[in-house]
Amino acid sequence: MIGKWTLAYPVVVADDLFKALADPTRRTILDELTERSGQTLFEICARLSMKHRLGISRQAVSQHLAVLEAAGLVETRREGRYKFHDLNTAPLRQIAERWPGPDTPGPEESTP
Amino acid sequence: MKIHLTSVFVDDQAKAEHFYTEILGFVKKYDVPLGEKDRWLTVVSPDEPAGTELLLEPAGHPAVKAYRDTLVNDGIPLAQFAVDDVKAEYERLRDLGVRFTQEPLEMGPVTTAVFDDTCGNLIQIATQPK
Repeated sequence: MIGKWTLAYPVVVADDLFKALADPTRRTILDELTERSGQTLFEICARLSMKHRLGISRQAVSQHLAVLEAAGLVETRREGRYKFHDLNTAPLRQIAERWPGPDTPGPEESTP
Repeated sequence: MKIHLTSVFVDDQAKAEHFYTEILGFVKKYDVPLGEKDRWLTVVSPDEPAGTELLLEPAGHPAVKAYRDTLVNDGIPLAQFAVDDVKAEYERLRDLGVRFTQEPLEMGPVTTAVFDDTCGNLIQIATQPK
C-alpha cells in the first residue's frame, strides 16, 4: 500500500509541473532565476522586458510566478519589507524518476 | 519647462539628511523650518549645485505608508540616480552597510542596481550608455 501511495502522489503533482513548464515565458523566468536566485518582482520584470524584449505587464508576470509557485518551482521568501523569488528545481527530478532510462536507478533505489 | 525639483517621502528627515548626504554624497541646498517639526529640506548633486533638487519630504500623510509598502514589497524603486559606474557604487555603498534588493544587473547598454534608502524607499542607480 505504501508503494501505491508513493506512485500516485507524484502524478498529481506533475500536472501542475507540466502546466508550469509548458509556457515559454515561464521557462524564461526559470532561466533568469537560474542566473541569480532571490529576485524581486521588479528585477524579474526588468529582465523580461530589457533582456528578452518581452512586452508583458507586471500583473501577467505575477500570474506566471503564481503558476510556477504552485508547481513548486519558485518559492517566495519575505525579508522585512521585501519579497524575493527563489528557484527550486527539486520538482524536476520527478520527471526523471517517472521515466527512468535504462541506466537510471529506479525509484526504489533513490533516497526518500 | 524644466524639471527643477522632485521628491521622495522619508520617514525621518534627520535620518534622511544623514543618508542622502553622508552615505550617498549629495549636498544640502535648502533647510528651512516648516511648521512645528517639518523642514523644507532639499539636496543636490555636488557635480550640479544648480541642478535638480531632491526634496526629502515628510511621510506623514496616511496614504504614503500603503503606497510605499506595496512598491517596496515588489522591489519597485521610487527614484533613479545616475552614476558613472554601478558596480563601483554598489561596492562602495554595500561596504557602508547599505542593503541592496537588486545587485548590479547588466541589461544591454544599461546597468542598474536597487537599494534601500533606510527612510522607506527603494532607489535605483543606473549607468546609461555614453
